[in-house]
Amino acid sequence: MSFRRLAPVEQQPATFAFSEENQRLVDQWITKYPEGRQRSAVIAALWIGQDQEGWVTKALIEEVARILDMAVMRVLEVATFYTMFNLAPVGQYLVQVCTTTPCWLRGSDDVVAACKKHIAPAPHTISADSKFSWMEVECLGACVNAPVMQIGKDFYEDLDSPTAERIFEALRRGETPKAGPQQHHRHSSEPEGGALTLNDPKLYDGGYAREVMRRSGVDTTDAEAKKPTQGASDREAPVQKPPGAAT
Amino acid sequence: MPTRKLIIDGKEVEAEESITLLQACEQAGAEIPRFCYHERLSVAGNCRMCLVEWVGAPKPQASCALQVKDIFPNKDGTPAKINTRSPYAQKAREGVMEFLLINHPLDCPICDQGGECDLQDQALYYGRSNFHRFNENKRAVEDKYMGPLIKTIMTRCIQCTRCVRFATEVAGVPDLGGTGRGEDLEIMTYLDKAFDSELSGNAVDLCPVGALTHKPWAFIYRPWELRKTNSIDVHDAQGANIRVDSRGGQVLRILPRVNEDVNEEWISDKSRYACDGLKNQRLDRPYVRKNGKLVPASWSEAFELIRAAARATRPERMAAVVGDLAAAEEIKALKDLMRALGVVNLECRQDGAKIGGPRPSYLFNTTIAGVEFADALLLIGCNPRWEAPVLNARIHKTWLNSAIKIANVGVPYNLTYPVEQLGGSTSVLRGITDGSHSFARVLRDARRPMLVVGPGVVARADGAAILNLAAKIAADTGMIGPAGKPAEGGWNGFNALHTAASRVAALDLGFVPGEGGRDMAGILDGAGKGEIDFVWLLGADDVDTGRLGNAFVVYQGTHGDAGAHRADVILPGAAYTEQDGIYVNFEGRVQRAERAIFPPGQAKEDWAILRAFSDVIGRRLPYESREELRRALVADVPHMANDDALPGSAGTDPAIWNNIGAAGELDERTPLASPIADFYLTNPIARASETMAECSKVYVTGAIKMAAE
Repeated sequence: MSFRRLAPVEQQPATFAFSEENQRLVDQWITKYPEGRQRSAVIAALWIGQDQEGWVTKALIEEVARILDMAVMRVLEVATFYTMFNLAPVGQYLVQVCTTTPCWLRGSDDVVAACKKHIAPAPHTISADSKFSWMEVECLGACVNAPVMQIGKDFYEDLDSPTAERIFEALRRGETPKAGPQQHHRHSSEPEGGALTLNDPKLYDGGYAREVMRRSGVDTTDAEAKKPTQGASDREAPVQKPPGAAT
Repeated sequence: MPTRKLIIDGKEVEAEESITLLQACEQAGAEIPRFCYHERLSVAGNCRMCLVEWVGAPKPQASCALQVKDIFPNKDGTPAKINTRSPYAQKAREGVMEFLLINHPLDCPICDQGGECDLQDQALYYGRSNFHRFNENKRAVEDKYMGPLIKTIMTRCIQCTRCVRFATEVAGVPDLGGTGRGEDLEIMTYLDKAFDSELSGNAVDLCPVGALTHKPWAFIYRPWELRKTNSIDVHDAQGANIRVDSRGGQVLRILPRVNEDVNEEWISDKSRYACDGLKNQRLDRPYVRKNGKLVPASWSEAFELIRAAARATRPERMAAVVGDLAAAEEIKALKDLMRALGVVNLECRQDGAKIGGPRPSYLFNTTIAGVEFADALLLIGCNPRWEAPVLNARIHKTWLNSAIKIANVGVPYNLTYPVEQLGGSTSVLRGITDGSHSFARVLRDARRPMLVVGPGVVARADGAAILNLAAKIAADTGMIGPAGKPAEGGWNGFNALHTAASRVAALDLGFVPGEGGRDMAGILDGAGKGEIDFVWLLGADDVDTGRLGNAFVVYQGTHGDAGAHRADVILPGAAYTEQDGIYVNFEGRVQRAERAIFPPGQAKEDWAILRAFSDVIGRRLPYESREELRRALVADVPHMANDDALPGSAGTDPAIWNNIGAAGELDERTPLASPIADFYLTNPIARASETMAECSKVYVTGAIKMAAE
């Protein structure tokens, strides 16, 4: 991390106004906090503003300060504290490459090299075609699929140099490459080449459960025992696949 | 108040639960080093210098952020043991100090904080002394612009955030902040804007290292070379306690002294930085006007000329005006001299304020410390931020810590706290008086309501009528309570605010028109019409000198300002740092200032000039020394002897409140406003100061643009 400053005046747009929809969102966030505590919505407001503008401009900071009735300095403090706020213009596609230890061990240096080759030699620089910019970030929280990069709101996982370059080229052509794991035929974060643990079929046919029920003296039918609870079915919306059938 | 037993350094003490461990340790006599902690600011707990050992706790404890009520006793019921000097605590502090010094530059020899630097001192007493372990490059931080008064060398910053908390909590101007985080935290203003507070110099005092230093005083002194003199500030009427630091014949700097009842430990930037005005444009020898030009003269020549003019004038055609910076002694001497000559046209209110009469009617009766007890405040045409910045900080503090309701009748000013604007016209006041205005209810329902009448209000043509209304409001809404201190239930919520340091002393001494005498307007009119032929100005530069007509003007003062330009004879006097003096602040508090340096050149102490002239004109004043003069002063006004007298006059006879000012027509069209057009240029000393001129350009006229705009 380095000293974080607002972008130079030449890059700053003169004004900022929330779009109607975003203004509604900001108002919604403000109502989440008790009366007189509207300042708590500052991060949300900046985030919504960054969503709209791509980066946090001086005008945005001043607008947020005005809406939340805060000193401009206080908003600037928040904007410079959190590295998720971009203080300078970014490309249409902002590539955030994770270089924290697990990703680095799995080859994030190659992804960074691909960025340098395809986008710009230095981070925080907009590419020649003004479509991309890239930066290194700390852990994106997808270590099982390392190395990882985030483009916009999508995670691209299981990368290496060629896959990363393929993604950049596709984006450049205007396509939207499929997000998620790019290699190893993975659907999400399951083990490469199939599961090595939890392979016992008895785990899934209710065999163990029957044993437990029998011991505790509860007599339950299979169908009932397998039925997920309401909460669990809400959480696990996608259809569950049997283990080992990931390919 | 619930207390808790602690064993601090082997000594069993009983500590109040509401205080912090750091305070408890100090009460027990232990010295705790600290950087970020400050009594008057919120607790940040980020420097970690105040670590102590709590025996049994897994880690050393930051004593500033640990409340006594959170320290539980040991399992066997014995009091918790706190060690402030054990090897464990020492090692912890050494570690912290080592971290702080990793990035702190070794530029003490060229640093203005050197010699009075907390980091320097504490590194000596609490740091590692034998070796250091860091050979890496130090972090470097860009310097920031914070205005014409604060010089920054931000590499020295240890990120204690005292300045940020001061700006927000005391000054009420949240211009300072810390951007970035961790090692990269930087203290700055928004886009290099100047720190727009009249109290900004105090942030420099608070800085424990040399990151913020006084820009006007850069590289001109070392603190150990300076002679320190206790004095009283005269740039406003608050009477802030100051320390004048001088070397040779020069005042090099002015710092605040702690006085909880007056200024806590703050002073305004004008009080602090106008001291360079003490050496510019000084009158260092007598001058007389010959053929329209002022030429240097000797004392006897000047006196002879005045004697001739005074002898040739009948007393009713003579007048004397006291300026804003005079001490009680010279006012008394001038009054005695004029009385001996039979002059009744005496005036101490050069702004034409219609104030005087019973003492409570011109005092800030609530007292400055008493403001903190108020729960409703009505400002009448005043801008305390400019008229008394330190008082404004006290109101801000009250607003921060209580539910006080503040409203303003008059032109709206940015006072750093929210104020309900009731409108600018005097008709609002009438509404409050007869109860038709909603704020009358607020005042009536308040337990301790107060009002402040600004100096601009009483100086209006209808000033007496407004004063009369204000006194009525005070009496009707229960502002006048029983006698005693506010903390003990005594209350008087009627307050007049002054900007002139000499005003209350002069009114106490009765330096006002005598029987058939003329007031300020009368003197100016008379001079214009040729009815006043002789005017003695004692440091009075804010009268309209263009209206003095053909009168013979004696200017006794310090600076080549408006009065001296009009004068026929100039008698060079002493500034407030150059003579002892008694000052009475707007609360009625009597305070003594001490002489720090001698007046320049042939200039003399003011009372001595008057005493010498009285001899020349054959009306010798009956005192040979300042001590004798003071005895005469006390014989005249007994409370002048009493430095500890309860200022203000809580619980005075309710009957007087019906006869204050004079009922009369109100001018409802001119809005009530503060008389100060430029905070930085209100008196001859400030007007001679280059620093104040620059401040005025940055903060008031905008001739130098602030970077953020």
